[in-house]
Amino acid sequence: MTVVDFVFYLFSLCLLVGAVFTVISRQPVHSVLWMILSFLSGAGLMVLLGAEFVAMLLIIVYVGAVMVLFLFVVMMLDVDFAELRAEMAKQLPLALVIGLVLIMQLAMAFGSWELGGGVAILDTPVGTPEGAGAHNTAALGLLLYDKYFLLFQVAGLILLVAMIGAIVLTMRHRRDIKRQDILVQMYRDPAETLELVDIKPGEGLK
Amino acid sequence: MVQLEHYLAVAAALFVIGIFGIFLNRKNVIVILMSIELVLLAVNINLVAFSAYLGDLTGQIFTLFILTVAAAEAAIGLAILVCFFRNRGTIRVEDVSNMKG
Repeated sequence: MTVVDFVFYLFSLCLLVGAVFTVISRQPVHSVLWMILSFLSGAGLMVLLGAEFVAMLLIIVYVGAVMVLFLFVVMMLDVDFAELRAEMAKQLPLALVIGLVLIMQLAMAFGSWELGGGVAILDTPVGTPEGAGAHNTAALGLLLYDKYFLLFQVAGLILLVAMIGAIVLTMRHRRDIKRQDILVQMYRDPAETLELVDIKPGEGLK
Repeated sequence: MVQLEHYLAVAAALFVIGIFGIFLNRKNVIVILMSIELVLLAVNINLVAFSAYLGDLTGQIFTLFILTVAAAEAAIGLAILVCFFRNRGTIRVEDVSNMKG
């Protein structure tokens, strides 16, 4: 067993354990933390495959942004998760059946692929193909900004739409609080709002 | 040496766990969203594994786009969730029937 094998099995084990506990843990915060573990392990697997850029992107985008977003939402919403989890046992049989059926289907597909001899594939990962550039990142950049440039821009558009949508959905104007209105302040006229009263000594205000 | 089949097996197990999670937590939208992310991670691992073993970078490009769409989907899903929670005070899936005709 080489070091690569050992690292592969370690990352795979962490990935699957993290995924299982994401699904079955009772606290959503724990779910998010387990999921961070499983995404980090997935990034490790991708590094083993020689796809460093995608691995780092997975860590930055998923662990750095999406998981923090999940964590914020889980902590912000005051939801009674114990009540939601109480019905988990009721769903278990159906979930198990569907999981088993899926496993059997995937095993059958895998079996036929094995029996058919698979496809012509190298025994070791190539990582970055020869002649595509020295680094995985540089090779990906050459491909992304050249051949797939239109798709790249469409991806940016998708992110823009998602950002606008999220802002529009969650922005709210509260009417029951007082805000500062600069224009109203600036156009306030002293002649209309102030009244000067000359009060003689010894007399009160009538 | 690690064969391609090993990566495919791990990704398949992750996929099944994700689907299992969707059906196990049918009341809880947050965990459903997380399970969907797990499924997408399984697909990403498959794409990267094939890309590395075939020596073709297109799979990794595709992974980038899946990552983009997954991030957008998570943001929109959580925004809808927060909006719904403000209006109704719950996130139970079966209560989401406002648009029923």
